[in-house]
Amino acid sequence: MNLLPLDENAALFAQGYLTTLQLSIGAIVLSLVLGTIVACLRVWGGAVLEALTRGYVEFFRNTPLLVQLLFLAVLLAPANLNITRDAFVAALIGLSIYTASYVSEAVRSGILSVDLRQMEAARGLGLSQLEAIRFVVLPQAIRTVIPPLGNLSIALVKNTAIASGIAANEMLKAAGVLESRTLQFEWYYLAVLGYWTMTIPLAWLVGRIERRLAYAR
Amino acid sequence: MKRIATILTMLFAVAACSAGGSSPAPTAGGSASPGGSASATPSPSPVPGNSTPASIKEKGRLTCGVKFDVVGFGFKNPTNSQIEGFDADICREIAKKIGVEAELIEAVSANRIPFLNERRVDLVISTFTINDDRKKQIDFSRPYYVAGQSILAKISNTAVTKVDDLNGKNVCSAEGSTSEKNVREKAAQAKLVLFKTYTEAGQALSDGRCDAVSTDDVILFGLINAYPDTELKGEPFTTENYGIGMKKDSTELKKLVDDELAAMDADGRFKALWEKNIGKYTKKEPKLPPAS
Repeated sequence: MNLLPLDENAALFAQGYLTTLQLSIGAIVLSLVLGTIVACLRVWGGAVLEALTRGYVEFFRNTPLLVQLLFLAVLLAPANLNITRDAFVAALIGLSIYTASYVSEAVRSGILSVDLRQMEAARGLGLSQLEAIRFVVLPQAIRTVIPPLGNLSIALVKNTAIASGIAANEMLKAAGVLESRTLQFEWYYLAVLGYWTMTIPLAWLVGRIERRLAYAR
Repeated sequence: MKRIATILTMLFAVAACSAGGSSPAPTAGGSASPGGSASATPSPSPVPGNSTPASIKEKGRLTCGVKFDVVGFGFKNPTNSQIEGFDADICREIAKKIGVEAELIEAVSANRIPFLNERRVDLVISTFTINDDRKKQIDFSRPYYVAGQSILAKISNTAVTKVDDLNGKNVCSAEGSTSEKNVREKAAQAKLVLFKTYTEAGQALSDGRCDAVSTDDVILFGLINAYPDTELKGEPFTTENYGIGMKKDSTELKKLVDDELAAMDADGRFKALWEKNIGKYTKKEPKLPPAS
């Protein structure tokens, strides 16, 4: 296994590792933001938005991610919506939308766990509804659902591998291409190690955040 | 300390799993074969040793890995599920010579060598380019076809006329193929987008994710069939000998295959199969290339 000299193969793998990292971080941020907004709309948005967001969640939760990515790649292509030809962008959007549907359910359960009187008290003190949501309800809601959000983030890192199905040059794709080029299966071990270097620190980080916030409670 | 022990245990578990030798994961793919159905016959677990004419006779069938998505060479006809093409017919001729049935299973570019090494197939006849890297891993028969790598792009795309023009463009091909390597060598600045099958690459060309698809001309003919708004640009820029792959050190089997190819050429069967399958795509002379 010719790894030590930074040859073309090692460079390709490193590029794949970096792409997976970017895809993971980008999609975690986007899906947390989008998922939280969707959860808020579902709880406080009124009947129409409630129905729309419910439809969104059910649609994206109930179809395989690979299928969504394949559709998205074709849909966003120059011949159709002309948004991107880059599989990375399609994968980033697809992963974010998909994961956000789960995130919204987790955040919604957190919101529902916050006592209704918290909202009433905040409004009674003169906060607008948005302020009450932002400064009173959401902080308590998110704190409750840190463990499931951590799970979803770790699952997302692993789901980036599915982007290889639309030929995004992420780590699994790189490992596959290198396996074919060098006829060495060992590239996949390297990919396993690569995913661990992301998921294990992420799990540790989530645990730390959880402990810290539990203390604040 | 306990945590380190846990991680070590996990590492060992992975190592143990892989040491088992069977690697089903990378043999997936071929998901988008136009026939709609995946490969037939899930084969038994890896068999040690080499295939010989005697072992094939004993098994009662000659198992060949062929492409299911390459028009003219190995193609699963969607209307009748028959495997058609030059590669498939050569397999049938060799089976006839041994006196057994031919069994055709799908082999995509990336799984051909594992299939041979695990003896899931006896022969791989799947537009398989002979090269030195592969010769270290497996044996090849004498060449039976000389292909050339070409460029396919939309007719409306006038920016691509030769291999140099691929620099800076999105170029689609299949992973694990010689084509990918050739593009990297001849147009180092090209952005390679590698799919599992050429069907997917053709779709990407059609909807504009790729500027060009580059691989052997023969495979591109199949894409022209599917996407009539595309054409070949420029002249082929490589010469690639297609050979029949078999597991390393299959001396007996290689002799039988080489002899049968020569016999087919001598008695006109080679020419007849050529004209039936690929005559309409190529102007090359229907003749067996000289053994190297």
